[in-house]
Formats: sequence, structure tokens, C-alpha cells
Amino acid sequence: MSKISQLLNNFMQKIGQGYTPYFITLLHIVIGASLVYASPRSTISFLFLLVAMAEIYYFKMRTEFKIIAVIILMLGIMPILGLRNIFYLEVIFQISVFSALALGLNIVVGFAGLLNLGYAAFYAVGAYLWGFFGSQQFYLLHETPGTAPVGTPFFLPQDYFYLFLILGAIVAALIGLLLGLPVLRVRGDYLAIVTLGFGEVIRVLANNLDKPLNLTNGPQGITPIQRPSLSPEVLDGFNSLFNGLIGRKVSEGELYNVFFYILSLLIIAVIILIARNLEDSKIGRAWTAIREDETAAIAMGIPLVKMKLAAFAVGASFAGTMGVLVAASRTFVSPESFSFMQSIGVLTMVILGGVGSIPGVILGAAVVTILNLQILQGFSLYLSELRQSDAVIPLINFAWRDLSTQLDPAKYQRLLFGLILILMMIFRPAGLIPAERRKRQPAETKSE
Amino acid sequence: MKRFLETINVRELLQPLAQMILFSLGSGAVLSVIVILLALLLDQTAAGQFLLERNKVTILTYTLVNLPQVVLDGLTIGFVYAAIALGYTMVYGVLEFINFAHSEIFAVGAFVGVEFLILLKSFEIIPATSLFMSYLWLIAAILAAMFVAGLLAVSVERIAYRPLRGAPRLVPLISAIGVSFFLQDAIRLIESLTTGQFHRIIPSFGNFDERLVFSKIALGASTIELGIQVKSIIVIVAAMLMLIGLNYLVNATKVGRAIRAVAQDRSTASLMGIDVNRIISLTFLIGGTLGGAAGVLYALKFTRIDPFVGFFPGLKAFTAAVLGGIGNLTGALLGGIVLGMLETFAGAYMSAFTMGAAGAEYKDIFAFSILILVLIFRPHGLMGENVTQKA
Repeated sequence: MSKISQLLNNFMQKIGQGYTPYFITLLHIVIGASLVYASPRSTISFLFLLVAMAEIYYFKMRTEFKIIAVIILMLGIMPILGLRNIFYLEVIFQISVFSALALGLNIVVGFAGLLNLGYAAFYAVGAYLWGFFGSQQFYLLHETPGTAPVGTPFFLPQDYFYLFLILGAIVAALIGLLLGLPVLRVRGDYLAIVTLGFGEVIRVLANNLDKPLNLTNGPQGITPIQRPSLSPEVLDGFNSLFNGLIGRKVSEGELYNVFFYILSLLIIAVIILIARNLEDSKIGRAWTAIREDETAAIAMGIPLVKMKLAAFAVGASFAGTMGVLVAASRTFVSPESFSFMQSIGVLTMVILGGVGSIPGVILGAAVVTILNLQILQGFSLYLSELRQSDAVIPLINFAWRDLSTQLDPAKYQRLLFGLILILMMIFRPAGLIPAERRKRQPAETKSE
Repeated sequence: MKRFLETINVRELLQPLAQMILFSLGSGAVLSVIVILLALLLDQTAAGQFLLERNKVTILTYTLVNLPQVVLDGLTIGFVYAAIALGYTMVYGVLEFINFAHSEIFAVGAFVGVEFLILLKSFEIIPATSLFMSYLWLIAAILAAMFVAGLLAVSVERIAYRPLRGAPRLVPLISAIGVSFFLQDAIRLIESLTTGQFHRIIPSFGNFDERLVFSKIALGASTIELGIQVKSIIVIVAAMLMLIGLNYLVNATKVGRAIRAVAQDRSTASLMGIDVNRIISLTFLIGGTLGGAAGVLYALKFTRIDPFVGFFPGLKAFTAAVLGGIGNLTGALLGGIVLGMLETFAGAYMSAFTMGAAGAEYKDIFAFSILILVLIFRPHGLMGENVTQKA
């Protein structure tokens, strides 16, 4: 084993020197892009292209080159490829939404060491904020759900969306503060349960606040929600520019997909910047101190409650912004999207990637989202194909046709999340890409 | 025989029984008084008028007539919560760790019991048996559930918690959440592969669904029957027996002393010659068997189960354990009864008192609000001692 890893190390060192990494990365991107361009339906070529991101991250190259490569790949190549198969844009959009959520949760769990099991609640706050103000709901306060009169006007003009991206962050942060003030005094494992309870409270409220005042439209959810405006000139301009490459005219809906994709990338870039700067700031170091030893942190003069509140608020604000974005891109919000499972899904991303590690968390979000959207669903499709065929498992003589239709891997996310959480905790508690700071410190001391 | 009787510590048998009766009567009485006072207050207000117009009764009559039924229902669900809460509290007492997967142990117990009864039905053993035999079969189902749930709890501890002992606090908790999610889908997978569906309904047999009617009260045009279902009595009696048994085991036997010693100080206990790992396994076994039995009782009471059935009862039982003071057996009992009562009262009266604006659908978050309030104002619970965090 050690020989193999040594060989691998040598190999990695060899290709990691001089101009080789630049060459490999560029070649990878070109080959990957042309593969996806040629066969838009192939999952493997898409995954192959995404691996280029990992190369950009791991290889020793000039930072300027890395940034330019990422920008070209994500903003130049991806939208074109995505328009040939809109599903890819959806995958990356979801990855960036979940990365933002995971980065927010990472601040709470990873930096400050507070386990928050109701994180989806803040996401819900953002989504319902724009869901309420960006739809007709304001004029339906006294109607029963599902009986909107025809021609009800929208409450706010659609371009208020951009303002609400910021308002969503502020409101979610305020709610985080409100929740944090009373509960942050309780101990770590109790905090987990309290936040879980809070998450459920928000979901139940969203489900039931259709009376006495119809604020959330109950279990049906609010729809339609406005998207920001895209003028026809933009569509025409886009079409005349890229018609040749894409091979057909792009519709308004597809352009919205590209728009939200790019917007999500911009937001995630801002969020990464904020998270990175926070990590190295005075606040970030205070969080680390709290995480490692609360008593010592107090002794060092760190204002415990203030810092914990800050972590809660910042974490919540990321989720709030993403909630607004998702509400607009889906034009629909409903209580189901904010269940306990969502919160655990985000937690799984953080744990898988590496608690406290920014690149790790993004990797975790990408892996879990791809597993969810591509692998599990692909497996489901494969099973349903098998079911329709006459294939038989040899030896035990089991006809695939008799397989229960209940066995739909795409629905078994809990199994996946559960397994990831248990296995990571037992075998690799620091995650796939451990946080830098953790590497430097000696092994965890036993606390008994 | 006489010598055997002398070794039984009668006090430890009678004390929990007395406590249960006291807690039930006490919480029932306190809540009844509160509700009646509220009804008196609201009688002349809009809420009272609203009810008078809709149901043709004054709010006070409405409250009084429903009261006995609400208390009985609250008691039934309260004892189920207490039985689950004991599993949380025992594990917490010994390991200082929230066994998040306990709610799924409970669900597994429910499924084992129900599947056992469905199997009996497919062999046509039930429902065509004598009353005596149907009780025996129910007991057999409960025992089967206890067995499987207990074994599962022990193996979960072996696989997912033991390797993490000594790690920072949140690590085993996250692992437990993973186990909980994994088990939910594992039940669903197994059920849907073997039976093609994952909602199961407990077969009706025996006289469990009958209602013993005490009296009838005329209310406006309709009459309200005052009574209790046989299965509610079974749930209460079975839960009481288990709680007394557990109390006896922990407080009056040698094994119980070992458990208490480990809970107090693990390393000292091991110096005294106690096999700590065995005691921890045993704790999970006891908690698991109680949870499994509670699962069957829950299925008996609510008839329909699915793989996610454990989530809410589990959370509420945890709330009950915290409310009573986690780590404290009597506290879990008290917390369970009080929470069951509170929740049933809220479910029954909130709609009438708020003019239909907030009804029974809020009873779940009612429990969480209590949890949050308790943790803020009295984190050591009603009966727990004020312990500071161990370093």
C-alpha cells in the first residue's frame, strides 16, 4: 500500500511542477468541454468536466491563472453547455445554492462549534419573505388558499428582488439573533435539539398561517412569485451572439435559467469572500477559541454570547439570501422544502466536506447534490429500465420485473445522509478536505 | 417462597406507583383548573360568543363536558411518552449523550409488534381466538418488539457510538442523527421490499377497540359519551408495569446499583470492578426494550404506523425527559405525564379558545415551545439537580 501511495505522490509531484499543471488543466477543460458539447446527455463527461475544478484547486499555479480559469469555465463555457442540456445548469445552480447554505451552516457549526439542526428555517424565512412581498399574497390576506381572484396585482414591482436579496439576509440574521438570544446559553447538545424544534416551529407555522390571516397560503405554498425583469433586448442580444454555438434560439425561460445560474455564482463568490475574511479575522479567531474551549475563551476575555450571536446571525444571513434567490428562481415556495431533512442534508454536506473548511464544504455540497440529482436518480432510472426488461438475477432466479416499485433510490436520501454522517464520524471526522487549522494542531485530546 | 418475598423491596415497588398516581392526578387537576379559569374569563368575550353561535353551547359547558375525556387521553399519551423518555434519560444519565436514534428504536419496535400481529392474522390465529388468548398474543407481540428493539439498541451502540466515546460532545450526537436517518429509510426499504408498502395498520382483534362508557351527558342537541377505550387502559397499565419494573431494577438490585455507579463516575466505577462497557450496553438494552414496547403500545393506540412514526413521539419524549430533568428517572415519568396532558389539553381547547384561529395543528409546536422555555428558565428540569457541565 505504502509503495503505491509513494508512487502516486511522486507522480503528483512530477506533474505538479513547472508548466505541466497549466497544460493539464487547460487540456482537461478543453477536452471536457468538447465532450459535453458533443454528447450533452452523458453524465460521465459532465462529471469529467467538473473534476477540472478540483485540478484548479489542487495544482500549484498562479492565483491569477486560477481565477481566470474558473471564470472562463463557469461563466463562459458552462452556460453554453448548459443551454444544450438545461439540467446541467440546474445541477450547478443547486450546488451553488447548497454551497451557500453549507457555508452559512459551516460558520455556525464549523467555526463556532454550535450544532444547528434547524438551519432550513432561516432559508425558509428568506424564501417566504420574497414569496410574500414578491407575489400577490398581500392582496389575498383575507381569502382562503387557492381562491385568488383573476387579475390580482403583484404587491411590489419585480425589480425589488435585488433589494430583497439584501433584506433577506438582514431579516434572517435578525431572526437568528432573536432565536439565539435565549437559546445560546444552553449547552451544545441541547442547542441542537432546540434549533431542531425551532426549525419545526417555522415549518408548522408556514403550513398553518393561512388563517386567521392568509400569510403563507398554507400547505399549497405561494405561487407565482416574480422574477427580476429581463428586457427583450437582452434576449435578442444573447440569441444573436450565441445562436451559432448553441444551435437554436434560446427562450426566455432558458435565459432565466442562465441568469439565475450566474447570479447564484456571483452570490456564492461574495459569500466565500466574506467567509474567508471572517475566518481570519478577530471574530473568526474568537469563534475558534469558543469552539475549542469555552471556559478558556471566557478567560481570554472573549464576549461569549456576543460572538455566538454573531455566528448565528452571519450563518442565518447566507441562508436568507439564498432563500430569496430560490423563491424567485422557482417562482414557488411551499413548506415541504424546509423540512428537517433539508437541515440534515446541509449538515451532511458540511460534515462530508470538512467541518470548518471552506473548500471542503463546497466540495461536500457538490458531492451530495450530484449524488442526489445525478447518481441516485440515474440509479432509479436504471432500476425502472430493468423492471421493464425481462432480465433475471442469476443464481437466486429473481426477475427484476417483480421488484417492488417502492424501491426508488432517488427517494432514499435519508439512507444516504445517515450513512455519510455515521461513516464520516467514525472514520474521518475532519472531513474530505480538513480545515487548515485542524491539521496544525495535535490530535484531539480526550474529554472525559 | 417466604424468603424470596422478603428479598423484595416493597417500598421500591410502591413508591413509583404512588408517584405515578400523584403526578397524574396533580397535573390533571392543575391543568383542569387553568382551563376552567380560562373558560370563565372567556365566557363573556368574543370567543365565548363565537362558540355559542357555532356549537350552541357556552364555553364553560363545553370545557367541563370535554374535560374528563381530555384528561384520560392525556394520561394515555403521557404514559407512552414517559416510557420512551426513560430510554433517553437512562442513556443520558450514563453517557451524557442524547441518543437521537432512540425514536427509531421505538419505530422499529412498533413495526416488529405490528408485523408479528399481521403474521398471526395471516395464519388466521387472530382475531378468532378467545379473549384470554388475544391478550396473550398482544403480550407476545410486545415481547417480540422488546427483544428486537433491545438488540438493535445494543448493536447501534456497538457500531456507531462506542468507537466515538471520548470524542468531542457533538461527534457522537451527529453519528446518532445519522443512525436515526439511516434506520428510518432502512425500515422503509425492508417494509417496501417485503410487503410492497410502508404504511402498516395494526389488525384489530380482541376487545381492544371497545369503549367502556361511564355515563352520557346531553349537550345541546347531541349527547357526549364519557368513556375510555380498552386499549387506552392497556396502554396505561402496561406502561405503569414497565415503569415500576424499571424503577425497581435501577433502585433495588445489584445491576441497578452498578448502573447508578457508572452514571455517577465512570472511571471510579470501573476501579470498583464494574465492567463499564457491559453496563453501558445494558443501559442501551433496557432503554431499547422500553422503547420497543412503547412502540407497540403506540401502534395499538393510534393503529397506523409508518417508518417516520418515531420522529414526533421521540422529540416529545426527549422534551419530557428534559422537562423532568434529564438523567432522572422519576423526572422522566413526571415530564412524560405532564407533557402528554399539556399537549392533549392544548389540542382540545386551543381551537375553542382562539376562535378557530389556532387549532390542534399547533399541538406539535406547543411541545417545542415548552422545551425551549424549560431550557431557558430551568435547564435542569423540574426534578433534576442543578448540575454544571462536566469539564
